[in-house]
Amino acid sequence: MNGLVWARRRRTAARFWSQYRQNRAGVFGLVVLALFVLTALLAPVLTADNALSVTRPPGSPLQGPSADFLLGTDRSGRSMIDLIIWGSRVSLTVGFWATFISIAFGTLFGILAGHFGGWGSSLLMRVTDWFLVMPSLVLGVALAAVLGRSLTTIIVAIGVTSWPTTARLVRAQTLAVEARPYIERARALGGGHLHVMSNHVLPNVMPIVLAQTTLMVGSAILTESTFAFLGLGDPTTASWGATIQAARDVGAVSSRMWWYILPPGIAIVLVVLAFTLVGRAIEGVLNPKLRER
Amino acid sequence: MADSALPTAPVPQLAQSVRDRSGVRRLRYYGEKLGGSLVSLFAVILTSFFLFRIIPGDPVRTMTHGRPVSIEQQEQLRRDFGLDKSLAEQFWTYLTGVLRFDLGESFQYNRPVTDLIGDRIWPTVLLVGTSVIVSAALGLWLGVRGAWNHGSLGDRVNTGVALTLWSVPSFWLGLILIVIFASGLGWFPTSGMESTGVEGWERIPDVAHHMVLPLVTLVAVVYAQYLMIMRSSLLDEMGSDYIVTARAKGLRDVIVRRRHAVPNALLPTVTLIFVNLGFVVFGAVLVETIFSWPGLGQLFYSGLSVPDLPLVQGLFILFSAAVILMNLVADLLYPVLDPRVRP
Repeated sequence: MNGLVWARRRRTAARFWSQYRQNRAGVFGLVVLALFVLTALLAPVLTADNALSVTRPPGSPLQGPSADFLLGTDRSGRSMIDLIIWGSRVSLTVGFWATFISIAFGTLFGILAGHFGGWGSSLLMRVTDWFLVMPSLVLGVALAAVLGRSLTTIIVAIGVTSWPTTARLVRAQTLAVEARPYIERARALGGGHLHVMSNHVLPNVMPIVLAQTTLMVGSAILTESTFAFLGLGDPTTASWGATIQAARDVGAVSSRMWWYILPPGIAIVLVVLAFTLVGRAIEGVLNPKLRER
Repeated sequence: MADSALPTAPVPQLAQSVRDRSGVRRLRYYGEKLGGSLVSLFAVILTSFFLFRIIPGDPVRTMTHGRPVSIEQQEQLRRDFGLDKSLAEQFWTYLTGVLRFDLGESFQYNRPVTDLIGDRIWPTVLLVGTSVIVSAALGLWLGVRGAWNHGSLGDRVNTGVALTLWSVPSFWLGLILIVIFASGLGWFPTSGMESTGVEGWERIPDVAHHMVLPLVTLVAVVYAQYLMIMRSSLLDEMGSDYIVTARAKGLRDVIVRRRHAVPNALLPTVTLIFVNLGFVVFGAVLVETIFSWPGLGQLFYSGLSVPDLPLVQGLFILFSAAVILMNLVADLLYPVLDPRVRP
C-alpha cells in the first residue's frame, strides 16, 4: 500500500517536472534561484573574515571598480561584491520567513472558512476583506515603525499584512474541493472535520498554495528592500535595500557613483524576477488553460 | 371583446411591480456597498487605534526614544495625548476626534495633522492621479494589443518588459533615473516640484517639467499589473462563442475587438485599478521621498523615522479612507459600465 502511494507520487512529480521543463522562462528562474541560494549558503566561504567589518574594512571608502574590488567599495571601504553576497542571505531569509507566516495564516484561515461555512466563516472573510481594502504596504510600514527597527519586525510586518490574499485563494479552492463526491464518501465513512481538512482538503489545496508561495517570496523580498530603504530595518545588517539607502545618504546619486547604486538593485530585480517566473511556470503546469499564454 | 380586454389589464401592473422590485434591488445594492464601506472605514479607525495606542504600550516613550526629553516634558506629553485616562475614554476621545477630522497634533511639527495634510495634499493628488490615468491607459492599450496578437514577438517582449519592471524596486528605479537624466544629462531637475521665482501661467510647464521623472518612475512600476490583467482577461474572452459568432458574421477584426471583446474584458481590469490604489499610494511615498516631491508621501516618510505617531496615524487613516472611498465609487460605477452587474 505504502509502496504504491510512493510510486504514484513519484510518477506525479516526474510528470510535473517534464511539463515544467518546457517553460524556458521557468527553468531560467529556477537556475537563477539556485545560484542565489548557493551564494547565500556559501557566503562565509566566498568572502574574507573582515568582509563586513566597518572598523577593519578591506579597502578604502568609496573607491570605483578596480582589480582588487571589481565593483568598488562602499562608504566604509567594504567590497560591494561581498555586500551583495551577504545581502542575499538577508533577502532570502526575510522572504522565506515572511512568506511562511503569511502562507500559514492564509492557508489555515482559508481552509477553516471554506470548510465550516456559516457565520464564523462570513466573519472570517469579512476580516479578510478589511485587510484587503487597507493599503497593506502602508499598514506594514506603520506597523514596522511602531514595533521598532529589526529584521524580525520587517518579517512580522510583511507576514501579517499579506496573508489575506492567500486566505481568499485557499477558501475558493477549499469550496471547490469540498463539492466533490469523495469528500462526501469520506464523511459517510465517519471521517471527522480534522480528517477531512488534513487528509483530503489540504493535499488538494497544496499545489495552488505552492504557486502562491513562490510568487509571494518574490514580493516579500521586494517589500523587504523597500522597508530597509525607508530605514525600518536593522541598521547593522547589510541588506540590499539598506545598501541602496546608504548610497543615497552619502550622495552617490549626485556624484554618480553608479557602482554603489546599480549592483544591489540588479540583485533585487534578478531574485524577484526569478521567483515570479518560477511561480508563473508552476501555475502554468497546474492550470493548462494558462499555459498557452 | 370582453375576452380581449381581460388579459391587457394585468400587464401594466406586472410591469409596474417588476420595476418596483428592480428599484428595491438597486437600492439594496447601493445600500450594501455603502454599508460595507462604512464598516471598512470603522475597521480602519479601530485598527489604527490598536496599532498606534495599544501595540506601542507607551506611545510617548516610543516617540521620545533616544531624545533629550525630560521626565516633566514626557509627563506633559502623556497628558496632551490623554494617556492618563482609561483606555475606553481614550478611545472615545480618539473616535469623536477622527469623526470631526481632528487627527491630533504632530509631534515633530507642533501643528495639527489636519493642517499639515491640507498643505501637502494637492501635489500628491496631482502625482497619483496623473500616474493612475497614464498607467491605466498604457496598461490597457498594451494589454489589448498583447492579447490580440498573443504569442507574437511584440507580445512576448511586452510581457517580458512588464514582468521585469514589476520586479524593480521603485525607489531604485527613481535613483537610477536621477543619475542618468538629472545629475547626468541634466535634462530634468533632480528634486522638488517648482523652481523658485516662477510665477503665473509659467508655473504649469515648470511643474510638468519637474513631474516627468517621478511620473515615469511611478508609471513604470504600476502599469505592468494592468497590462497582465487586461491581457489575461481578454484572452479568456477570446475563446468565447460570441467572439466566434461575431467573426463568423464577417465583422472586421477591429470591430470584433472594440465592440465585443474589450468591453467584456474591461471589468476585472477596472476593478483591479481601484483595488490597487493602495499600492500606488505606497509607491507615491517612495517616489515623493526620492524626488523630494512636497506631498503626503514625503510627509509620511518624515514621520516614520521619529516615529511621529499622530502624523503617521493620521496619514494611515487618510490613505485607507481614500482607497475605501475610491473602491466605493468603483462599486457604484460598475452597473453603469457593465449591464451584467446591474442590480
